[in-house]
Formats: sequence, structure tokens, C-alpha cells
Amino acid sequence: MYDKFFRALYRIRRVEEEVARIYPTDKIKSPVHLSIGQEAVAVGVCEALRRDDIVFGTYRGHAIYLAKGGDLKKMVAELYGKVTGCAKGKGGSMHLIDAEAGVMGASAVVGTTIPQAAGYAYALKLQKKDNIVVNFFGDGAADEGAFHESLNFAALKHVPVIFICENNYYSIHSHQRTRHPVEDICLRARAYGIPAERIENNDTMQIFEKVSAAAKELRGTDAGPRFFECMTYRWKEHVGPNDDYDAGYRTREELRPWLEQDQVNVIGNKLEPSVRERIETEVEEEIREAFEFAEQSPFPPAEELYTDMYV
Amino acid sequence: MGRTLTYGEALREATEQEMERDPSVIVLGIGVDDFKAVWGTTKGLVEKFGADRCFDTPLAEDGMTGVAIGAALAGLRPIHVHIRMDFVLLAMNQIINIASKARYMYGGQVKVPMVVRSVIGRSWGQGAQHSQGLHSYFMHVPGLRVVAPSTPYDAKGCLVESIRDDNPVMFIEHRMVHYQKGPVPEELYTVPFGKARVLAEGKDVTLVGVSYMAVECMRAQKHLAEVGIDAEVIDPVTLSPLDIDTIIASVNKTGRLIVVDSGWTNCGVSAEIACQVAERLQGHRDIRIQRMGYEPVTCPTTKNLENLFYPNPQGIASAAYAMFHGNGKSWAPALIEAPEIVEFKGPF
Repeated sequence: MYDKFFRALYRIRRVEEEVARIYPTDKIKSPVHLSIGQEAVAVGVCEALRRDDIVFGTYRGHAIYLAKGGDLKKMVAELYGKVTGCAKGKGGSMHLIDAEAGVMGASAVVGTTIPQAAGYAYALKLQKKDNIVVNFFGDGAADEGAFHESLNFAALKHVPVIFICENNYYSIHSHQRTRHPVEDICLRARAYGIPAERIENNDTMQIFEKVSAAAKELRGTDAGPRFFECMTYRWKEHVGPNDDYDAGYRTREELRPWLEQDQVNVIGNKLEPSVRERIETEVEEEIREAFEFAEQSPFPPAEELYTDMYV
Repeated sequence: MGRTLTYGEALREATEQEMERDPSVIVLGIGVDDFKAVWGTTKGLVEKFGADRCFDTPLAEDGMTGVAIGAALAGLRPIHVHIRMDFVLLAMNQIINIASKARYMYGGQVKVPMVVRSVIGRSWGQGAQHSQGLHSYFMHVPGLRVVAPSTPYDAKGCLVESIRDDNPVMFIEHRMVHYQKGPVPEELYTVPFGKARVLAEGKDVTLVGVSYMAVECMRAQKHLAEVGIDAEVIDPVTLSPLDIDTIIASVNKTGRLIVVDSGWTNCGVSAEIACQVAERLQGHRDIRIQRMGYEPVTCPTTKNLENLFYPNPQGIASAAYAMFHGNGKSWAPALIEAPEIVEFKGPF
């Protein structure tokens, strides 16, 4: 069982490390917001979902896209601005989408997908389907009006959506304590009558178990929505491939406990060394192929400027 | 000659028939299921189709627009109704950052078949925040359709077209056109986007009127006929895409253009139409151009100032007369207040 979790975590980590490694070459001419350190939330949640479940993510969305089954080659090609990318090179890292895998498009404007997730879930209920919607957003999004408007509506209509607040403590460089008079974001969800729970320590398996149970409760029922605040930590700078512990707004000391419980190692250590090694080898090969695919793919032809503006 | 309906009744009928035809059509918005039913335009829908397909919303324009977009992504065809366009300002993030862009920035993987109905313009005393005509904001952004029909026939046909269109559509209704009566077929039909209507043919001056101003331009046309000026009146019907060819053909004939908008002139529909005409005809045809619209102030509530704020048929006719004759010649017909304004009794 741990092998699939390890594969998912390791794969996301390594893809993003490759993105960071290549970034200085300027082959990826678009902002990237890396999920390194936060993979556990995406993996724990998405492993609890079905292929036909829907996720709405954020501009820090590589982990969500990959964890839900988004196509790796199309993702890397998209970052490279190639026509073989998931948005033909016109969306970039912040707008990853793979509709076939149930990954809806991400937005660069914080909090923007929250009501869309609620609306999508409303439609599923009206259509009497039993798939569900999961919406990822950060602690910063909990400041937005759309967050409150959406939670209120979702609770009012009992729609099958699971809200996942990835609380990494920072909205860009502003710590939560400088933005929130009350630390517990779950209280905001409970104010709308939504069962809410905080999951500490970036714990993949705990997230998986709790979201699995919630998903089961919500399928085809009136039981929704649910809310989880998943405590996690962003290792890299807000945008870009580097560390920023010398910038003055946070310390390496703050990072240390998160490094010590790095989920890639925690889960990896549960495997037989030979199993772990085999998975690592396979993932490395897949990543090599994906970057090769992106390198070899053409840029979009000029006429692509005008396609897909209207249906 | 068939049946006569008001514009508001035509909207209601279009919605009901489309909901009957297609179970994916839903209606949401503040007050759509209450006893007033947005001036009757959503009346009876909740009784007929149930509260899942026609529902009141919390006061959350931004969030509810996102809900409509999400529902559209999932295959529904939501009609989101705003009793005043002023409230749509609260939903700009979802409309501009997502609805208009989703198809393009997600590489053609999704579509957002959503209609946003909103009401603009005067009745009486509606003041600063119940009167704005901000349709040009939406014309500015690629990815949106913007329609502003002025007749009951076009109201029904354009709303049906809007519901069936796979793009987000801003459907603009002037409060005063809701009362206009006209022939409306009972059966379902569509009015295609991007085709202007020539409401009256003429050779001396082209009057382009947006939404209610098409009605007012027709009144101006009758005044002008009395002084021997033959005005052509055009209703663009759709603002995005704009049928500029019909307007240019007319101006090429008349050499004179007055564009009258139910909104301010700066960077507005009138500016856009005037510019496109000038770009196309410059160097080919000597033309005169004028824009008319709301006065460049905040809309006042008191009646005498409000009357000065909005364009009216007398002002339009007077401007056309001066443009036609040149040389500072002036004339204005007697001021007659529009019957729908006189008859309007509020409270809203």
C-alpha cells in the first residue's frame, strides 16, 4: 500500500526539483509556484478519490495536478510553452488542467476556484451523479470574500464538495498571525455548519484516511460539504525555484521540523529498500522522458494566438 | 400579425420554453423565485421546474457567479439574474478572470455556457447605483458575448440564442424596454449574434441606438421626418460581436453618424462604434460623427436633473438637425416625455 503513496510523493518532489534545476536556463518563461514540502496534502487527498472525481486547485498546483492523475508530459510541455502542453502553451504553470483526469483549471487569483467547486458540486447533485468535488486552496484564500460566500452556499445546498485548506502559514510573505485574529480556520467553516477538522503535521496517511471517510459519506448523498485544514509548509520561495530563508520573514529554524518529518522519507522508509529503489528508478525514467518530450515539442504556431477564444 | 407580448414577458417565455426543452438550464439569482420574480421575468419557473432549477441566492454576487461558472463547467446552462447591473460589479473577478478566459487559458478543454442577465438604466429616481449602463466594460474583454436587444421579438430570440451559446453571455436589459410591446412568436426561435437591425431606412443621417436608445432614436426619427430629414435608425442588438458592417454601409450612404448609448460616452459603446466607423471610412468618405449618452456626471435622483442626465428624442433630433444643416442652424422639437417614463410608478 505504501508503494503507491511513495511513488506519488517522490514523483511530485522530483518533478519539481527538476523544474527548479532547469528554471535558471530560462526555458520555462513563466512564474512557477513550487509545492515542494506540501506534496503530502495533494497525495493524501487524491489517493482517496476516484478518477471521475473532480479537483479544483490553485496556482501552486503542480502537486494537485500530478496527484490527481494529470498527464506529466503535458504538464512539463505546458511549462515550456509548447503546443503539446495541457493548455497548448497558453496557460502555463498557474493554469494547469487535465479535464480527463478530473483536474479542473487552476487560477492565479487567490480563492477564485472555491465557488466554482461549489457550483460544480451543485451540478453533480442536480445530475444525480455520485462523484464528488475537492477544492484545494491556501490559508490566504480564507481571507477572500469568495471563500465565505462559497462555504455558505455549499452548506446551504448540502453539495458534495470537500474543502481542503492547505495551511502553509504564509500568504506570500505574510504570516497567518498578521492576517487572522483567530488562528483556527476550521472555526470559519463551522460557522456555516460545515463539519471541519484540522490535520496536523503534514501527515499523508492521516489525510488519506480522513478524506477517504469523508468521500464515502458524501457520494450521492446530502451529507456534504466537509472541510479539512491541513497543516503543511512551503519549503521554497513563494514564486520561483529558490530558498528564501535569508529574506528575513522566516527562519531555517521554522523549517526544521517539517524537514524532519519529510513525507517522502517517512513513507519511503516504510518500504523495502529494493522496492523503493525500483520505484525511484521508474519515476526518474518517466521524468526524463517528460522533460525530453517538452524539449522536443514545437512551440505553438502563430495561428494558435487566435484559437479557443470562443467556442 | 401574431401575438403581442411585452419585452419582459418575452424573456419569461424564452426561459420557460428553454427550461422545458433542456433540463440542463437553471435559473439563479437574488429574488428569482419570489412573488415579484424580477419584474415577472422569472414568474412561475420555480413552480414548474422546482427549487433545484430555479433558486434564490444568498447575497453573494461574486461567489454565486463562481457557482454558476462551476455549474457550467459541469454541463449545466445557468442563467444568473441581476436585478441591476450595478450589482454585477461585485462579480467582476469571476466574469473577467474566469468566465471570459477559461476556454483560452485552459487550452480549449472546457467551456462556460452561462448567461448573466442584468438590468440597466432609468425608470425614475433610481439614482447613482440603480441606473448605470456598464455594458462597455464587458465589450472590452475578449471571450464574452454582450447582447442588448431592444424589442420583444429580439429579447426572446436573443435570450434563447444566449442560453444555447457555449460562451458566457452578458445579456443587457434596459428597465424601460421591459415595457415595450411587440409581436413575439409562440414557438422557439433564435436571433443570431452579430447582426444589427435597420429599424428605419433613411438617407440623411444614421442614428445608432443602444438598447432603450434604439426606441428613443425611433422617436427622434419621427421628429426629424417632420422637418424633412430622413434618418436611418440602427439597433446593433449584439454589442460583442458588433455588426459594424451594417453601420458602416449606412454611414457610407448618409455621411452622418450619431451613436446614442444607454451609458456614458467616454470609452463606451458610442466611442467604439464611432472609432471603428472612422477607421474604415477615413480617406474614402467625408463624414460627420457625434456620440451621445449619459451626461458625464453621477446619475441624480431628482426628476428635473435626471431629465437632463439622460439622452432623449428631442436632444437626438436636435443634434441630427444641426449635423445635417451645419452652419450653426438649430432646431428642437417640443419636449414630450416618453409614455413609459410617464406611466412608471415605482417603487422600483
